[in-house]
Order: sequence, then structure tokens, then C-alpha cells
Amino acid sequence: MLMTQQDKLMGELKALVEQHGTHRNALIPILQDVQKRYHAISDFAMQTIADLLGIHPVEVYSVVTFYAFLNEKYHGKFIIRLCRTISCEMAGKAAVARQLENDLDIKFGETTSDGRFTLEWANCIGMCDQGPAMLVNDQVFTKVTPEKVHDILEACEKAFGPHTMQTEEEHVL
Amino acid sequence: MTEKKNNPCADGTCRVPTSQRLQTFDTSADSGDIGALVSATIDEQEIKVPMGTTILDAAKSLGIRIPTLCNHDDLCIAGVCRICVVEVEGQRTLQASCAYPITQPIVVHTHTRKVRQARRHILDLMLSEHYGECYACFRNNNCELQALAKEYGVDFFRFGHPEKPRHTIDNSSYSVIRDMDKCIQCRRCVRTCIDLQEVGVLEAVGRGKDTAIATYLDKPLGDVVCINCGQCINRCPTGALRANDSTDEVWAAIDDPTKHVIMQTAPSPRAGIGEEFGLEPGTPMTWQMNTALRRCGFDMVFDTNFTADLTIIEEGTELLIRLYKNLVEGDGSMPVPQFTSCSPGWVKYIEHFYPEYLSHVSSAKSPQQMFGALIKTWYAQINNIDPASIVSVALMPCSAKKYECNRPEMCDSGYKDIDYGLTTRECAQMIREAGIDLPEMPKSEFDEPFGTATGSGIIFGATGGVMEAALRTVLELVTGKKVEDFYEHADIIPVRGFDGCKYAEITFPDELGPVPELIAHLVPNWDWLKGVTVKVGVAHGTANAKKVMDDIKAGGKFSQCHFIEFMACPGGCLGGGGQPIPTTPEIRKARAKAIYAEDKAYGEAGKARKSHENPAVLRVYGEFLKDGPCGHLSHKLLHTEYTPRGKYIG
Repeated sequence: MLMTQQDKLMGELKALVEQHGTHRNALIPILQDVQKRYHAISDFAMQTIADLLGIHPVEVYSVVTFYAFLNEKYHGKFIIRLCRTISCEMAGKAAVARQLENDLDIKFGETTSDGRFTLEWANCIGMCDQGPAMLVNDQVFTKVTPEKVHDILEACEKAFGPHTMQTEEEHVL
Repeated sequence: MTEKKNNPCADGTCRVPTSQRLQTFDTSADSGDIGALVSATIDEQEIKVPMGTTILDAAKSLGIRIPTLCNHDDLCIAGVCRICVVEVEGQRTLQASCAYPITQPIVVHTHTRKVRQARRHILDLMLSEHYGECYACFRNNNCELQALAKEYGVDFFRFGHPEKPRHTIDNSSYSVIRDMDKCIQCRRCVRTCIDLQEVGVLEAVGRGKDTAIATYLDKPLGDVVCINCGQCINRCPTGALRANDSTDEVWAAIDDPTKHVIMQTAPSPRAGIGEEFGLEPGTPMTWQMNTALRRCGFDMVFDTNFTADLTIIEEGTELLIRLYKNLVEGDGSMPVPQFTSCSPGWVKYIEHFYPEYLSHVSSAKSPQQMFGALIKTWYAQINNIDPASIVSVALMPCSAKKYECNRPEMCDSGYKDIDYGLTTRECAQMIREAGIDLPEMPKSEFDEPFGTATGSGIIFGATGGVMEAALRTVLELVTGKKVEDFYEHADIIPVRGFDGCKYAEITFPDELGPVPELIAHLVPNWDWLKGVTVKVGVAHGTANAKKVMDDIKAGGKFSQCHFIEFMACPGGCLGGGGQPIPTTPEIRKARAKAIYAEDKAYGEAGKARKSHENPAVLRVYGEFLKDGPCGHLSHKLLHTEYTPRGKYIG
């Protein structure tokens, strides 16, 4: 990481600590904000947060690896999480999964080379009666069919148009 | 009821979540005064316990055994292994007795069919992921998992057993080797490293079945901020953590007739090694060990206490120079308080976490390294031995000493000052391998020319020992009177004991003696010390060291100190990471008793108990280090410098 990037990140992290406090309870809100902003929690960020909160880097790493919504590796701007548990499986998850993989040309667990989409499995998201269900960032889609997948992805793609503000991406759908 | 533990969670500085904190109850007062007593019926036996006592503690006080794995007397509650489950009437599920506080009258059954079956299944599940054969494990016969498997009659692998290793062994560290195939994820090492030592190397990473104990970003142990204290080894219930064993290299040196193999033994292993041979903790084996080591094939057996005395002279002189510079000349280049530098774990800790305070650390090497430098220079010279043919081995209670002897700067003799560091456990292994029954050995003395040591050297092994030894010497050098005039039997009680951070004050009298010849060239007179109150601090365990350092940073009472002793391990060296497993507060107390008893025995036998009275030390200054303590040659051989490392993990 470049020094200037580090300085910028450091400044942002300090601001976040100011906002959420230095108690270790503040760790998860801080990590969520970093994840939202950078789509990843870098090595440098983990060590800096640990230092600012007076805990050890390995404790931050432990929390980041525990939660599925916190990641050390870069994740796309749109993270698509398809439910893989039994109700959704029976409702036709496999076809939806195939469609997603074909449309995005990546496998589950991967990110597109342009950094726009990440495909992941999720365990039950509580939509068992309306499967197959999936999440796009924090928005829930139910009764997804292969046809619907195409529409959803297209709506996401539109968010990258020249007229859209970067910060609005997540709420465009 | 169980005895009141020394509870690290009690002072309010503990970072552990409230639910995991150790609960202690003052049971010394008349039980009736406590008020909230609850009755518990455990296996038909009734007992009244203070509200909040765990089922495990209540059962213990009734003499009922409940098996445990993740629970440890030194650590906070975890409740993760579930082996201690019991049936509590009225509860639908089995409860972990180590984490169940009794708050209302309860009826507990500790060995019903349901409980036995659950425990057996838990063991079977642990074994289904535990790769390795017991006879190829250094913890064979001293393994808590193995013992439980025997206790519960495990005679087959119900849920299978791994055929092949699934992890690579991490042997990147000079001191600690991690073999995650043997890990049962009890998190004792995690709690040791984070709560007890405040170093934070290990944590549980991942979730569910993918959970593993790992370092930051799964880096090799040699690359992360580890102080090599080895406390995790002492608390690991299995063989997942062990010291980097160098017995093979030592045997090879012994078997090589061209090598002159020298062993030096530290004070703490003597107090602990008996435990490896089935003796009660706190049975000193000093003189038997000398014979055993000679029979193993070591050419010379020396006493590290000799250089402990030398350390006191060097470090004590450095302290007087620092005080003189600060109090008289107003020169702040060598700031006070001076920190001790004997504990390599502590040295690495301060290099990582408080590098800005490195100028406070005494430049004197640890006794082990001083000895190494002297053996390959003075000793080789007077005995006409080629230093290149000398193999210098150090028996230490410590895993960090292995790292210390491999530091690149520790080659001041022109050779590697200490070739190998052995832990107490490894030494016991060598003695066993040679077919020697240690307790039955005849007693013998240490070899000359370093044979003589003093009681001050011996107490280096216990927390507060370095401070006591230094105070004995400084008091006598400055006042010209005997320490016995100030403290009965020269026992400086205020710096003894197992309190985490100790603080003491000693006021010099208005009449001081002349400056002794040994250091006359350094200070003109003692006038500037008349009536001065010397403030000292003692901390053991790096969590306590952190408290003291933070207090200094904040300008608290420890920042006013002149001299502070730091030991990386709880209890000092006697609780070191190379000592026999297991360790508990009781075992450490017993070892400390043995160490102080030996110091006392020196006094009763009419031998010297103060470092500056050690004739061998005086001989070294007379014949070899002719420009005296902190002189030119002593600076070259006996002093070192430190590296500011910082805590950023690259």
C-alpha cells in the first residue's frame, strides 16, 4: 500500500474511532464501516484498528474471519449471496446458481475481474417459504428465477453508469 | 471451600468479558457473615457455598472430581471443551460445571449415564480430529487428553481418527513449535497469550468446524510479535505446543570427543526438575543434578548463579551511575527508572511494545549470556582450551533463552556465546535417556573456577529475587553496614511474594560508608545519597509489566521509581515456559519456597549470600575484567544493546 493511501486510511480510521469510541465494543461497528467503504478490511486497517483500540491485531483478525459479512479479501461492490440451504435447494436454487455463474462468468467465492460483483453462498436467510432467496448487498430477493437473475444484474450494472454517484451504488436497486 | 485465588480479574483492569471473569469470594471471614450462601447438593452430598461459586469449585471442595480440559487455574473461564458437563436437576440440557455459577439451591449429578456418555462422545469427537500417535509425542504420559481417554476407557475411535497430518508443523520460531494436528481448541494458549501475558499472538480464527487457533493472518510464529515466553506450552493440555528441542545437537556435541561441552544450570530448573521424576513440586535437586549431568557426559557443570552475582555487580553499578548522573549531574542520557534485563521474554516484549523506553533497560546481559561470554574468553584462556572447541549449553527454565542465545549480537566472545539453550523438560529427558534416576544420585558440587555462588544468585529464580539481590548489594556498598542491620536475616520481604506489581521504598540513613574500591573510580562519594529514598518496583508476567509501563507513561507512582524488576513469566523464572508441565499457582509457590530455602541454607552454612561477597566474582574482576564493573572490557563482553522492533507485523 502506498504511503499516501495509508495516511488517508489512517485518518479515516481515527475518525471512525472518534465516532464509535475506543472501547473494544466499538470494534464491529468500525469494521462494518471499513468494509462498506473499502469492500475489504486490509492488513494495514486491522493492525491500525487494533492499535487504536488497544487490542491485538490477532483479535481483530479473529473477528473478521468469524463474520461472513467482514472480509480480508477484496469483495465486489455488489455482493450476491445465494441461499444454499435445503428449502431453497428444493425450490430450484441450482438453476439460479447456474444462471448467476454464466451471466457473471465467475464461480461462487470469486469476484469479477472488474471488481463489480462477488458471488457467495449464504446459509439460511430466513426466507424458506419464498425460496430460492438471495441477498444483493443488504437487499433481499425472493422467489428468484433464472429470468429474474438477468433483470437484477442489469439493474446493478446500471448503477455503474457515468451519471451515478459512487456513494449511491449500494442503494440503487 | 477452595482457597482464595490470586485473581487477576479482580482489580478491574481485566479486558475479559464479565461473564468469563474469574469469580473469587472471601471465605476467610466467618462464612455466616457473607450472607448469600446457597446450598448445593452434588452427588447426594450437601454443601453451602457463597453465591456465584461454580459447580466445579463446589465439587472440588467436596472432593468430587469433575474432569476438565479448557479450565485452568491461571486463566479465565472459557467453557468451550464441554468435558466438565454435569446434570443439573431442572435443566433440560447438560451444563458446563466450570462456567455455571450457583445462584440458587441446586441438585447436581456428576456421573449419570447421560453425563458419562456425553463426555465419552466429546472425547471421541476430539480424537476424531487429533492426529498423532501417543508414543511419538513429547507429552506421552503427561497429556491431559491421553489421561482422559484412559479415564473414560476409550478403546476405539468411534468417529474415526485422522490417518494423515492435515497441518504443517510451524517450526519457524527459535523457541516455540506449533503442531496444530494435536490441537483440541481448548483456547488455553489464547487466554494465556492475551489475558495472562498481554502479547496476543494466538486467537481462534474462523467459525464452526473451520475454527482453528492461528496467528495473525496465519503467519509463521517466527514472523509475528511473539516474546517466546512459552507460557502457552506450559498450559497446553496436549502436545500441540512444545519448545524447540535441541537435545539432539547437545548429545552430538557430547559424543564428539574433540568438543569440550560445558553446562551451566540456572536456579529455577533445580527447584522444578524433580517434578519430572515424580517428586513433589518444590523438591530441590541442585546437587544431585550436578552428578547426573556429569554422568550424562558434560565435561564441566557450572552454576549460572555465579553470573547472576556478576549481573548484580554490573547492573547495580549501572544503577548507581544512572542515579549519580540524574541526581547529581542532571544528565538525562541514562534515564531512571532502570529496568532489569535478565528476562529475555521481557526484553523482547519491551522491544516490541515500548521501544521508546529501551534506554531505561539495563545494558547488562542476562546471566546466561554473561556466562557464555566468559566461558569462551576467560575460562578458555586460563585453561588453555581453544574456544572454538567449546560447546556451551545452558539449562534454563525458559524457552525465550533459546531465542536469546541465537540473537546475532550475542557473539561478543568472537564465537556464539551460548550454543544451545535447554529447558528443564529437555534436560530431564536427557537424564532419563541416559538411564539415570535423578533423585537417587549422590550429591556433588559445581566445578571450579565458577563453583562458588551466593544466595543472591539463587533467588534470581523467583519474582522479586533480582531486586532483593540488587538491594542487598547496593545497601551494603553504600552504607558500609550489613543488610542484616536493616532486614532480619537479610530477607527483604517487601519485594517478595506473588502480587502482580509490587512497590517498595528504602531510605538510606544519613551516615553512609566510603565508596568501595571496586567502584571508586565511578563515583567520588555517597554524600548525594544521604537520606535519599530509593523507590523500587517489581512486576512479573507481561500483563503486569504492561500495567507498570502504562503507569510510567501516565506519570504514576512507578514513574518515580529508581529501579524496576520485570520478569516475563508469572512467578518469575520458576514459572518459566521451560519448566515441567503442569503449572498452577500452588506449584509455583512450592518452587519459590524451595528457592528461598536454598538461599537460607547458604546463610546457615556460612556461605556468602550477597553478590559482592562472591569470591569467584571478585577473582574475575581481579584477574580478567581489570577495569572493573561497567569498565571497557566488561562493556564489550557483559553488556549489550537492544533493537527497537515495534509491534507492526510486516
